Amino acid sequence: MKVPISFNKLPTSPSIDKVGVEERVARFQTRSIKNESKRQGLDLVLSMIDLTTLEGKDTPGKVKQMCYKAHHLHDAYAGVPNVAAVCVYPSMVRIAKTALNGTDVKVASVSTAFPSGQSTREIKITDTKFAVDEGADEIDMVISRGKFLAGEYNFVFDEIASIKEACGKARLKVILETGELCTLDNVRKASHIAIYAGADFIKTSTGKIQPAATMQVTYTMLMAIKDYYDATGIMIGMKPAGGISTSKLALHNLVMVKEILGNNWLNNEWFRFGASSLANDVLMQIMKLETGVYQSSDYFSID
Amino acid sequence: MAKKKPGKEGVNWDYSPSLESTSHITILPKYELFINNEWVKPSSKKYFKTTNPANEDVLSEIAWANDYDVDLAVKAARNAYNDVWSKTTPKERSKYIYRIARLMQEHARELSVIETLDAGKPIRESRDIDVPLACNHFFYYAGWADKLEYAFPNQPMEALGVAGQIIPWNFPLLMAAWKIAPALAAGNCVVLKPAETTSLTALKLAEIIKASGLPPGVVNIITGHGDTGAAIVNHPDINKIAFTGSTNVGKIIQRAIAGTGKKATLELGGKSANIIFDDAPIDQAVEGIVNGIFFNQGHVCCAGSRLFVQENIAELVIRKLKHRMDSLYLGNPLDKNTDIGAINSKEQLETIEKYIKIGISEGAEIYQSTCELPGKGYFCRPTIFTNVAQSSRISQEEIFGPVLSIQTFRTVDEVIQKANNSPYGLAAGVWTDKGSRIFNLTSKLRAGVIWANTYNKFDPTSPFGGYKESGFGREGGLHGLGAYLKMKL
Repeated sequence: MKVPISFNKLPTSPSIDKVGVEERVARFQTRSIKNESKRQGLDLVLSMIDLTTLEGKDTPGKVKQMCYKAHHLHDAYAGVPNVAAVCVYPSMVRIAKTALNGTDVKVASVSTAFPSGQSTREIKITDTKFAVDEGADEIDMVISRGKFLAGEYNFVFDEIASIKEACGKARLKVILETGELCTLDNVRKASHIAIYAGADFIKTSTGKIQPAATMQVTYTMLMAIKDYYDATGIMIGMKPAGGISTSKLALHNLVMVKEILGNNWLNNEWFRFGASSLANDVLMQIMKLETGVYQSSDYFSID
Repeated sequence: MAKKKPGKEGVNWDYSPSLESTSHITILPKYELFINNEWVKPSSKKYFKTTNPANEDVLSEIAWANDYDVDLAVKAARNAYNDVWSKTTPKERSKYIYRIARLMQEHARELSVIETLDAGKPIRESRDIDVPLACNHFFYYAGWADKLEYAFPNQPMEALGVAGQIIPWNFPLLMAAWKIAPALAAGNCVVLKPAETTSLTALKLAEIIKASGLPPGVVNIITGHGDTGAAIVNHPDINKIAFTGSTNVGKIIQRAIAGTGKKATLELGGKSANIIFDDAPIDQAVEGIVNGIFFNQGHVCCAGSRLFVQENIAELVIRKLKHRMDSLYLGNPLDKNTDIGAINSKEQLETIEKYIKIGISEGAEIYQSTCELPGKGYFCRPTIFTNVAQSSRISQEEIFGPVLSIQTFRTVDEVIQKANNSPYGLAAGVWTDKGSRIFNLTSKLRAGVIWANTYNKFDPTSPFGGYKESGFGREGGLHGLGAYLKMKL
């Protein structure tokens, strides 16, 4: 069990050269994933998805339908795995939990005044405790980007540590909202702070801000996880969220995980995709591999 | 069928073979000499085999030109120069060069597959680097052909005449492009000899040149071993020798042409320093080390084969480098996922293995990638040596393979001194977050090309060439064009 240390004792994060990162990422994208490895990779992608609905207009009906989809992705073809989790607002956790009773699909809840995080620590802790009490297995918190950009790293660190405490047994994913951090140097620094403050997972984005989970950002965060693992032997999970809607992009993300962190991270304990439309594209590709023809999107349910 | 439950352990996921197709290429069983836009049998009646270094299969038989054949080619070039090419308007010259560039692009897939088969380099590199860059050289110099008076204002220039060009086996097509494109743009005719282990793409280029309608004799491509090259160097009717290859042969050439009035540009060996400071973007620097030494199996004259790491980050950099080396895929060069292909020839593999033994006997600490070697073909694991001294042979001599020697340093002055303490001076790399330090080093390092926070980047507009025993003259950019021109008197 890792003990959060104080921010002052953190090792410094290395600087990041954006051009170099772009080149490295381009190399991952030239990997050719064919036949067996494609089929296996697609199953893996499905099993790593956090099906997500985070809208003001979310209703119990909407959430229940999505939860059914989470463990019935494509009943027309047996042998497709379930997704890893559903991701909802705290007010929908109990509904999701009930709908998923008896399945292996986890319930994740956003918290801490998602998506802006512009609230007090008391409210954020209450928000988190409520979601956990409702039955959330995982908490997706947002960091205070305003404080981060103002240079108040201690504040960000302490806030993450206090939310981690409020999570109890729930796993904590820390959303950096990289689209608002703007530079890869900031992404790296924020990853560092989040990991040392107690994150079980680090996550790119809320899905509300563009750009979201670019491969450059995910790469930078994976390198932070790698460095932490090398220093401590502790694994941290990674969740790119937002903007990954095609199988090809998802597979290239897996390539990155494999080549940077190794096969140990290739499962939904340690890697997730936050996505809503990705699942159907993956299903379409799987059916293409199985039947030899592409089917129209009308053959895949849109819950 | 039950639903698959993902376990808590990771999935053992790897890439299935993804071979580039060879169905779209033609390699003839036998190639003659390309003289006057015709395929001419060698008067020597001799042929030599060219093989695929990845599986030792024979690909084709190649004509072996002797003195008589060389003379025939030089005469063809001289006649073409006197009768046609020197009278062709610059604008027309430009059109021919553009046409060659476009035809090369059309044949890009074929050229890259043949390059990979003949040279052993990964298809990813021949497809994404060698062939596109070769095309770009033709495009770039095509643009200059009718603008010479703007390239060299107030200095009326004219062509040299006939250029003899001898190129190496590490970038066969790309080196042919580096040589031919500026020569034609400047108005010269050419006799080019590719290296004996890698003639095929140059001969494909000959087919393309013929198809482009370039007048006969303007470009002649003749094949053979060292004696063929010597015949070109010693031919009295050649105005310029352009050579890329080893420093030893470069010295022989310079002796041979002394006093003849032949111009020369020589692009020779290197033992380039790649310097990592403690404020560098470490992960990108590690990537730069890998690109610097393992690109094209280390068969790169400007390879960053001497790594200097600031001592306070050496442990970290080496750990990260080892990890990165273990994620490189070595194997069939035709597989799109292969990072490290085959060593170009048996002889070169023996040289590399000899140096690895020397490194071990010098007491340096060796680390090699964990990848498995294929049963057949010439392969060498990416290799690094730590605990190397400036006086070790592996940090002084060019190995021309995937072998890196690593030294540590403490201060800026020390590393400048050590980096310059080499008979070579082709290239260098500097990795630091500090702009002022970059400028300080680039002005003090005695190397023709210096990269800052990157390595092994090539562009037709940028001149390339060395200091000291790495040669003289520049290729690429305006400098490369000037090397094929003289002032009108």
